[in-house]
Amino acid sequence: MWEYTDKVRDHFLNPRNVGVVEDADGIGEVGSLSCGDALKLTFKVGKDDTIADAKFQTFGCASAIASSSALTEMIKGLPLQEAAQITNDDIAEYLGGLPKEKMHCSVMGRDALEKAIAYYRGEADKQVEGEIVCECFGVTDVDIKRAVTENHLKTVGDVTGYVKAGGGCEKCHERIGEIIAEVTGTPVTVKSHPKRLTNIQKIKLIEDTLEREIRPALRQDGGDIELVDVDGNTVIVKLQGTCSTCSASQVTLKNYVEAKIKELVTPELVVAEVDQ
Amino acid sequence: MKTIYMDNNATTRVDPKVVEAMLPFFSDFYGNPSSVHTFGGNVAKSVNAARAQVAALINASPEEIVFTSCGTESDSTAIRAAIASYPDRKHIVTTRVEHPAVKNLCEHLAKNGYRVSFVPVDHEGVLDLDYLYAHLSDDTAIVSVMWANNETGVIFPIDEIAQAVNVRGIPFHTDAVQAVGKIPVDVKRTGVDMLSMSGHKIHAPKGVGALYIRKGTRFAPFMIGGHQEHGRRGGTENVASIVGLGKASELAAEHFVEQMPRIAKIRDRLEKELLTRIPKAMVNGTTHQRLPNTTSISFEYVEGESILLMMDTLGICASSGSACTSGSLEPSHVLRAMGVPFTAAHGSIRFSLSVFNSEDEVDYIVSNLPPLIANLRKMSPFWNQSEQDT
Repeated sequence: MWEYTDKVRDHFLNPRNVGVVEDADGIGEVGSLSCGDALKLTFKVGKDDTIADAKFQTFGCASAIASSSALTEMIKGLPLQEAAQITNDDIAEYLGGLPKEKMHCSVMGRDALEKAIAYYRGEADKQVEGEIVCECFGVTDVDIKRAVTENHLKTVGDVTGYVKAGGGCEKCHERIGEIIAEVTGTPVTVKSHPKRLTNIQKIKLIEDTLEREIRPALRQDGGDIELVDVDGNTVIVKLQGTCSTCSASQVTLKNYVEAKIKELVTPELVVAEVDQ
Repeated sequence: MKTIYMDNNATTRVDPKVVEAMLPFFSDFYGNPSSVHTFGGNVAKSVNAARAQVAALINASPEEIVFTSCGTESDSTAIRAAIASYPDRKHIVTTRVEHPAVKNLCEHLAKNGYRVSFVPVDHEGVLDLDYLYAHLSDDTAIVSVMWANNETGVIFPIDEIAQAVNVRGIPFHTDAVQAVGKIPVDVKRTGVDMLSMSGHKIHAPKGVGALYIRKGTRFAPFMIGGHQEHGRRGGTENVASIVGLGKASELAAEHFVEQMPRIAKIRDRLEKELLTRIPKAMVNGTTHQRLPNTTSISFEYVEGESILLMMDTLGICASSGSACTSGSLEPSHVLRAMGVPFTAAHGSIRFSLSVFNSEDEVDYIVSNLPPLIANLRKMSPFWNQSEQDT
């Protein structure tokens, strides 16, 4: 059972501003079904560049819903300039605090707000800044540094709680430890997970994973996948059926197929599509 | 507000008759069963009476029962006993859907020199027996397969597996924590060598369990200490709880024939009504071979914790197969081993019933849950989208 404040419970049980603003000026969408939480924030800008109305739709746990609800309340009536200054900590504070493991919910709120403001200002989706550290959740070193600095984080577990980095295959734990050390100046001990597979074991495990985990999921959508080759740590596959023509197939390939293979076989692997 | 408790696979209410049986053992009969005096000796007799009651529930001989502190201790004892008894064998076979008591121990052993084969399940949670049989070898020290799954209630064909494993001369252990007291468990008929059970899943208190060890099975104690339990488990007996486990076993055996079909009927109605009243809901796991008290239902496009906390405000206690913690990429290892799609896996709710549940409680849930799910779906950015798709 999570220890939620009364304010979190209130915003979860009686969420404010649920829905989508019509003819929205700002739209920010973050997260996905597979991540376990997602938020769509929309707002309308009134006179003096002030946010006149804001609404949200959230899929996620109680604190995700509460953070979204709180965010809309915070930004309504606020000049855009000031809204842009809101941090994830502000959202958490507004709610009287969030459990450490749930801080990513407030981060999701801030990210959606940033995206929505960028959309309104006509800025193109920001190119990913910095180097991707956590490949499972697509978190960069810039994101991690920012979370560590703003929230005084000390351990890899803290970082996972705030920005999700390191919550998947755990391959990046060492790098996260280095980043924390860079920011705080204090070294961090990280357990490493050595796992050596022979080539034969690796290929067999990849085949197994494709057959048992990935194919059944893809087939539900009329797609399929074939293992073409394993070259070092690169798994070469061919997408078939509806997957081969689907515009989202690259997302499936990276976020689903590669994530599964990294988790169940070994984190060093990357998945690539065979050249047509 | 009334509490509707449908989380009995997590733990159960201690039966008042069990409490009554236990009470004298705190302040009146507090002797040590190992003592020479009659005062202690009488307590030893009560412990052995409880042993006979537990043995009767699973058709074992009393001397084949060792009392432990919980299901996890029973599991650890069994698996560690086997690998200690066969030091040359470095391979373990278990399943992808075990309780953490077995799963995490096997993963720990995998980091310490053991090869572990995790047998997969299909999308209905049914075990891949061909895979299991194909991975047995002369190097296999133990096969550990749960009797029934705690999340979905799916029952595994333990008779058949035990036989195949026995033929190969490999010890077979089953974690029957969820099965005992809910379905017939007969260790004489089924060739299991070791079987774990837990008190608090069958209306006895928390902190007591038992391990069945077939006569003639090679064994090495996990808890080394005094001569208690014939040297198979050191430590002064948790007498009151052991007496409680004995009484609960007796009650389970008594109620079995009449109560389990009643519970199954209530469960089936709950399941059917929810599936009828709530669109895009589905049962996880096969309904053909399943515990009579369990149903795991996924409600698409909503998240489990939200459902649980909303139900909590109505006094309904259940649990979710998906725990949204930071960065938990995916829901429970059981649902993900079954390949339940993401849209559904995050919103899975397990209802697990007991003799204390009634038809009225089902009525309350089926009238209150549909609006609650609809409400959460209204909030979900994926719900409208899915409506448009269909």
